Amino acid sequence: MYFESMAAALQMDGHGAFVWSAYLITLGAIVLILYAPRRREKRFLRQLEGQIRRSGGKAPGAVKEV
Amino acid sequence: MWSLFHKFGSPPWLYRLSGSILRWLLPITIIALVAGAVWGVLFTPPDFRQGNSYRIIYIHVPAAVVALAGYYVMAIAGAVSLIWRMKMADVAMRACAPIGATLTFIALVTGSIWGKPTWGTWWVWDARITSMLILFFLYLGVVALYEAYENKELAAKACAVLSLVGTVNIPIIYKSVDWWYSLHQPASIKFTGGTTIDPSMLYPLLLMIVAFYALFTCALLLNMRAEILQREQRTAWVRRLAGSGEPD
Repeated sequence: MYFESMAAALQMDGHGAFVWSAYLITLGAIVLILYAPRRREKRFLRQLEGQIRRSGGKAPGAVKEV
Repeated sequence: MWSLFHKFGSPPWLYRLSGSILRWLLPITIIALVAGAVWGVLFTPPDFRQGNSYRIIYIHVPAAVVALAGYYVMAIAGAVSLIWRMKMADVAMRACAPIGATLTFIALVTGSIWGKPTWGTWWVWDARITSMLILFFLYLGVVALYEAYENKELAAKACAVLSLVGTVNIPIIYKSVDWWYSLHQPASIKFTGGTTIDPSMLYPLLLMIVAFYALFTCALLLNMRAEILQREQRTAWVRRLAGSGEPD
């Protein structure tokens, strides 16, 4: 490691706040773009499953075979 | 070639293929991102002029590079959707927009944070930064335009046209630092030689650029999967999938 201690790595000679905040914001954005579509997919499948169950195994609306 | 093109047009085939790609690509991407970030932040020497603030480069440059490349992916998908009316191209185009917007946002915000200790200001209306802001609005424009139309076929057409027209901004962004006087430095990495960055800093940067490309691919596939399911909700294969409880 370039820095002598973790404190020095956090401090970065006064630039720590800039560097770490940039990395934290990026981490948040990355988590969002990976997690949001996964959640959307799972939630959609759950809703559809409930819909199918409520209609007694038959799906409301036209069903076409692919 | 044409059979592959036809296969890409098949939603269940694409859904399953993306599932099997993501199973190995997603963990590799996360490992590469963590390794590249740790390497860049903790194991490289500081810049002789900028000190430690330059370490933002390991997220700023990859995010900007992939945000630009992502726009081309979106525009090409838009063109395919317009010319061949391929629905999966439309799905890909729509999936690119929020990812591209997020990556452009990362580039803008980290650039702004980097600007404060380096230039003494959070923001400056110069050519590179303003054209990146336009890119951000173009991505958001595609997202908003799609939502604005009730008729999704019309929405896809309008978005494809917008993304194709917007490609004019990409060479402007690339060349902005050469064409206009700018606070932003010119490119440090050049394909045609003359790279002005030390190898000890270059290798983690290259790793992060590759990792961000992989991140874009993962997010694109994840978005496409969610979109495919919603569009195909009336088909038997999606209903079978919903019945089995778990995504493929």
